[in-house]
Amino acid sequence: MSAAIDTDAAHGSIGSEAPIGRTRGGAAPAGRGPRERFVPRAGAMLVMGVFTLYFLIPIWWLLVASTKDRADFLGTDPLWFADFAFFDNVAALFAYRDGVYLKWMLNSVLYAGLGALVATLLAAMCGYALAKYRFPGRETIFNVVLGGVLVPATALALPLFLLFSRVELTNTFWAVFLPSVVSPFGVYLTRVFAEASVPDELLEASRLDGAGEVRTFFTVSIRLMFPALVTVYLFQFVAIWNNFFLPLIMLRSEELFPVTFGLYAWNSSINQFPELRSFVLVGALLSIIPLIVTFLLLQRYWRTGLGTGALK
Amino acid sequence: MTAPVTTTGASAAPRTSAGPSPAPRPRRRVQHPGAIIAFVAPFGLLYLLFYVVPIGYAIYQSLLVVEREGTFGEATEVFGGLTQYALVFQNEPFWTSVGRVLAFGVVQVPIMLGLALLFALLLDSPLLRGKKFFRLAFFVPYAVPGVIAAIMWGFLFSPNLSPFQELTRNVDFLGADLVLWSIANVVTWVFVGYNMLIIYSSLLAIPAEIYEAAVLDGAGQGRIAWSIKIPLVRPALILTAIFSIIGTLQLLAEPQVFRSFSSAVTSTYTPNMTIYATSSIPNVNLAAAFSVVLALATFILSFTFLRITRKKAEA
Repeated sequence: MSAAIDTDAAHGSIGSEAPIGRTRGGAAPAGRGPRERFVPRAGAMLVMGVFTLYFLIPIWWLLVASTKDRADFLGTDPLWFADFAFFDNVAALFAYRDGVYLKWMLNSVLYAGLGALVATLLAAMCGYALAKYRFPGRETIFNVVLGGVLVPATALALPLFLLFSRVELTNTFWAVFLPSVVSPFGVYLTRVFAEASVPDELLEASRLDGAGEVRTFFTVSIRLMFPALVTVYLFQFVAIWNNFFLPLIMLRSEELFPVTFGLYAWNSSINQFPELRSFVLVGALLSIIPLIVTFLLLQRYWRTGLGTGALK
Repeated sequence: MTAPVTTTGASAAPRTSAGPSPAPRPRRRVQHPGAIIAFVAPFGLLYLLFYVVPIGYAIYQSLLVVEREGTFGEATEVFGGLTQYALVFQNEPFWTSVGRVLAFGVVQVPIMLGLALLFALLLDSPLLRGKKFFRLAFFVPYAVPGVIAAIMWGFLFSPNLSPFQELTRNVDFLGADLVLWSIANVVTWVFVGYNMLIIYSSLLAIPAEIYEAAVLDGAGQGRIAWSIKIPLVRPALILTAIFSIIGTLQLLAEPQVFRSFSSAVTSTYTPNMTIYATSSIPNVNLAAAFSVVLALATFILSFTFLRITRKKAEA
């Protein structure tokens, strides 16, 4: 059950990544006539254009739908605006059942925002130690952790449920939060990154200055590892935010639900309570906006990180 | 998969205290043992608690059976050997669901990765303008959780509420024949952009000099893509394929959401749904056995895929 990802090849692959995206203007063959290049160009733009519609229309539809009241939702063009009732819908959503939606959003922020923060810190410390210190058992630990990268979160949900039932902690905040702070992928990525981007000389210099190991980590190393940390944080954040099986199997009390799971629960009872439909749509839109904004703002970081994970 | 942490503890003990050491070969002392423990132990402990122990506990639970004294007697768990596993192999709905997700994977994974590769190659070619826009537009669905994506597409597929009613009234996307592929569409929609970016990152890492000779020889973009770029991004393709295969076998959120749109999606539609349904009966021992079998199947499939692709690369 050891590593399936080739660890040797992964080491030190970041060094070669430095010139990404700068020197490359594309390998355009010089001296070709514009007519000759028109057909492939138009074809490429057409393909990308069609798929842009495919990827964005559902989100556009959700945006439009969440601005409509119930009658307009059924009676007007689904892809264009009618009377603008967005804020009424939001107000109704926030008021429904004493603001349970806001409670869910807060839960999600705690599970995903805080959970990913703790996960990133723990993974960074471990990955850093595995990269920068020599000690027996180092490779064994790394391989065991790497095995964990291949264990999908859903496969762990039932085992975790059995364990938490044993200690009677199901249907608590901790049942979803605690398993979320473990990120084997984070250890893998931070190790690879620390190996390439934290020079030993710098650590030696810091030691000569009399700084302890832990202090050096928090003041010097963690800054150099920052792009990798942002990547780990983002992907762990998304993993927790999207996690479905764990809340499904662990949680019974509505006030503990993360927002995606709460929306699932509402959506499942739309047939009995049709008024929920508007809440599901508006709630869905509001819940994805923070994610999209975060990804767009931080793209400089995670794109580097994605490359690190995939290059071998 | 045991003892990841204990090794650290043992090795961290200072070796100097050993008095009359014969010292067969000089071994370098571990430097900064305290720091190593401080860095590794927190993650190690939690990894042990929330990865290793649950897996061990699930295996243990899968070996138990519930026995009752009489019909209304108290239930006790006793060791039952492989009884649960025998039940797993006789359980028809489970194997139907396994077959269903395999069929899903065989069709959906190549389509998704094929599209991702095509888009990545186009982004990397000089043919395209507005690359930054396309890159973001295609990636945005990844920020949409599977549950939300399934809810959106559930509405878009519905015969009465869809913006494309002319289509959805005539084609029953939520019927028994097509609903699996409607779910495949949701998964593809979410993950194409993500896979595209992984492949694109690895295309960007190819030094431009590699193409120069090909361009001098008069090779067009298509030829360069086929003969140079695709072979060089193989590792990224293999990586994305393995994660897609794992994801397919673990399919849960999207079909679970689709149950409210389509009566064709049963409570045992995918293996994970079977596990959930079984655990809420509650029959945790059988559910644990399902889990173990599914985890093993996932590992075997990923490793087999890795083996095959490695061999091809060497040949």
